[in-house]
Amino acid sequence: MTDLLQPADEAALAEAIAAAHAAKTPLAVEGAGTKNGFGRPLQTERTLTTRGMTGVTLYEPSEMVIGARAGTPLREVEATLAEKGQALTFEPVDYRGLLGTSGEPTMGGLAASNNSGPRRIMAGACRDSLIGVRFVNGKGEIVKSGGRVMKNVTGLDLVKLMAGSWGTLGVMSEVIFKVLPAPAHVMTVVLHGLDDARAIEAMAAGLGSPFEVNGAAHLPSGVERVPKTLLRVEGFRESIAYRAGELRTVLKGFGPADVIEGDTAAALWRQIRDASFLAEPRDAAVWRVSVAPSRAAAAMAKLHPTLPVRSFYDWGGGLVWIAAAPAGDAGAAAIRGAFAGTGAHATLVRAPAEVRAAVSVFEPQPAAIAALSAGIKASFDPAGILNPGRMTAGL
Amino acid sequence: MSGIAFPIPDAGVVARRDEIVAGLARLVAPDALVTTEDERRAFETDGLTAYRRLPLAVVLPSTTEEVASVLKFCNEHGVKVVPRGAGTSLCGGAIAQEDAIILGVSKMNRVLDVNFGDRTMRVQSGITNLAVSGAVSYEGFFYAPDPSSQLACTIAGNIAMNSGGAHCLKYGVTTNNILGVRMVLLDGTIVDIGGDALDAPGYDLLGLVIGSEGQLGVVTEATLRILRAAEGARPVLFGFASSESAGECVAAIIAAGIVPVAMEFMDKPAIQICEDFAKAGYPMDAEALLIIEVEGSDAEMDATLARIVDIAKEHGVQTVRESKSAMETAAIWKGRKSAFGATGRIADYICMDGTIPTGQLPYVLKRMDEIVKSYDLRVANVFHAGDGNLHPLIMYNVNDPVEAHKAEEAGNDILKLCVEVGGCLTGEHGVGIEKRDLMRHQFTEVDLEQQMRVRAVFDRQWLLNPAKVFPLEGRWLPDSEAA
Ligand SMILES: Cc1cc2nc3c(=O)[nH]c(=O)nc-3n(C[C@H](O)[C@H](O)[C@H](O)COP(=O)(O)OP(=O)(O)OC[C@H]3O[C@@H](n4cnc5c(N)ncnc54)[C@H](O)[C@@H]3O)c2cc1C
Repeated sequence: MTDLLQPADEAALAEAIAAAHAAKTPLAVEGAGTKNGFGRPLQTERTLTTRGMTGVTLYEPSEMVIGARAGTPLREVEATLAEKGQALTFEPVDYRGLLGTSGEPTMGGLAASNNSGPRRIMAGACRDSLIGVRFVNGKGEIVKSGGRVMKNVTGLDLVKLMAGSWGTLGVMSEVIFKVLPAPAHVMTVVLHGLDDARAIEAMAAGLGSPFEVNGAAHLPSGVERVPKTLLRVEGFRESIAYRAGELRTVLKGFGPADVIEGDTAAALWRQIRDASFLAEPRDAAVWRVSVAPSRAAAAMAKLHPTLPVRSFYDWGGGLVWIAAAPAGDAGAAAIRGAFAGTGAHATLVRAPAEVRAAVSVFEPQPAAIAALSAGIKASFDPAGILNPGRMTAGL
Repeated sequence: MSGIAFPIPDAGVVARRDEIVAGLARLVAPDALVTTEDERRAFETDGLTAYRRLPLAVVLPSTTEEVASVLKFCNEHGVKVVPRGAGTSLCGGAIAQEDAIILGVSKMNRVLDVNFGDRTMRVQSGITNLAVSGAVSYEGFFYAPDPSSQLACTIAGNIAMNSGGAHCLKYGVTTNNILGVRMVLLDGTIVDIGGDALDAPGYDLLGLVIGSEGQLGVVTEATLRILRAAEGARPVLFGFASSESAGECVAAIIAAGIVPVAMEFMDKPAIQICEDFAKAGYPMDAEALLIIEVEGSDAEMDATLARIVDIAKEHGVQTVRESKSAMETAAIWKGRKSAFGATGRIADYICMDGTIPTGQLPYVLKRMDEIVKSYDLRVANVFHAGDGNLHPLIMYNVNDPVEAHKAEEAGNDILKLCVEVGGCLTGEHGVGIEKRDLMRHQFTEVDLEQQMRVRAVFDRQWLLNPAKVFPLEGRWLPDSEAA
């Protein structure tokens, strides 16, 4: 990875990719590279970065829509939105702490990794907010899908394919997101000392109440001295005071609760979002497991005797973050085994390159789905030059 | 109407009709096969009733396995397949042809599993949208996307069209509320896409399938996200002297950080038509009407509505009617929800579905009026104001071919206008045959070819709902280039 391509605009991006396509030169695709190390290691000669393409291209607060060139730092977009009291709704994870990377995460990287944090549970994932993309496919052609309006069913929804494709289908040049008013006030109800199963029941009770819980996490012992279960509500002040109160009533059966707010609470949610609890020790492997909440605790109970791990739950139990020793397969077989039959899937977020080359970073797919995915890859990138192998061998 | 072309039916397939019907009869239960002309008539059109084509046969299976064997057979014999739910598509998405069978999922209409703890439910795809919410309402839950056709339309159709509803400003459209589907591919392979977790590994095939208009496979089951309903919901009705001030009021509400569950707009002709029909007490002197609904506890709704009313006053609202009772709420909504039906009583109409950036609203309303007048026709406008999804209802007389043609032309002009101002051809009804030939106004050849390449991964020979979405000429075929 010696030679850096940094096109300054979409036309130059298309030219660079067309040339790579003609020469069959594999390219590593990145924004600021803050998620390098996530995915399978690449064997590429050249790296293409979108950092040269920056700037907000469109912002209409009254239409709740913002567009930016792919290399625009997320921070810049968030600041632009904050000036008008708006925000991206899906609370993207900042992976820098976990992955030990630096630089400013870009909008393109955000979309390409379908990166969503705690609020995903109510406000949808990154892919639900992404309404338009422009990208260059593996042949060097400029393609658009979706647009700037939030209701659009015209043609096949390639926007969804681009979200979470980790640069393997095309290199985005511009992304358009729908946004929402930033929450005016936030309160978090905290329960104490629950085991995993009870905690997930409590979170289900909260999420199944009419009080619009938009964050639900459980920090077991190993992460907190006494386990903590957190349920968050956001909105206008009168409203959330009322909702937090009602929520405590709903959760009466789960023991005494208190309410936290302000900077301490915000810092705690950032730690949950970024899985900061698992950042140390630096060499531990880190996994994300997506699962139906009602099956999470039993699977973790199965895992514990087989593999020493530290873990916590987000998304009401639907997302389990797990840290395990990096040796061998970094716990792949044990974790996937414990969750087998639950419909869960495990993604290896952090591990040494040898491990990421040897185990499936993304959950292996059934043959028919893998065949469709390979077909889709070929339909965008017939020569297989974009981030080859980052998701699975061949994709 | 005759403006939209159908491809010439495959004469070979039409000639083999008896043989094909006999082959199908070996695959499914006798009552699953509809072959007589009389019975097939019931399937010759959908919500786009101006177009009718008799299908070769209609198959209504009861199991995923039956669907699989029928698709495999059709694939092997080169028979085209048009999937169908309830046939309420407004863009002709479910219309077949003489060389195609209709494969309907209406008999597969059961709830398979409800999990309130995980807030998910699994259903067969032929269940109606309303029945889904009905099955979970006893616990206070609901399924959020609520198309006005929800009494009839199926989850299968909703998935194929990525349908929306009045409440999608807050809750999103179909694609934001589905976690997984079971789908049968053309070769008969049964695949599970997504699941019951919040995200799935690999490419977002689920996101691709939703809104794919029956071109990628036949969906037989789905896992839906269900939500706990708010404590209460209450609308307020505003009458404005101009559509500009109504539009500005909508923008100001959003700027104030308020996202109501619904913001519906009606123009003067629509107000009149709906009031005549529903006697909802709409202000007849208003040029534009907004129905804005908020949710929460009584105190929360009072507070939010007070904010909204203040904003409306700053924008010169003339009539303010806050609902004080469930009856009043129902009356306010009744007018809006019956807009299509009420229009249908006084004239034939075609319903357009473009979306525009909401900032363009005053300009687009003015231009639309000019367009429709230039064809000597009338238009009534109802639409989702928060998201810019327009539903101009162009009225005409279906028995007058000249007027019918004009209505289509006017509709096309309006959709082109939507694209010109930065919007799109269809916000929730789909492309089908209706907007197929306008696709090049929104997309370049390269855009369309990329979509067709993806389509070909699922259907290389254009057998699945083939006459839809992509313009008939210039279609991409996998064999047309050495890969
Ligand atoms: C009065 C009226 C009001 C309406 N209001 C709204 C509204 O508010 N919002 C909205 O979004 N739409 C609305 N519609 C449009 C229509 O109801 C929706 O598009 C609906 O989702 C269609 O569902 P259906 O079951 O009738 O599907 P069909 O009309 O039977 O089929 C629709 C499409 O789905 C495909 N399809 C059907 N079943 C399957 C399957 N199993 N697998 C794969 N593909 C399949 C068909 O091939 C076709 O392309 C309205 C229609 C009417 C008549």
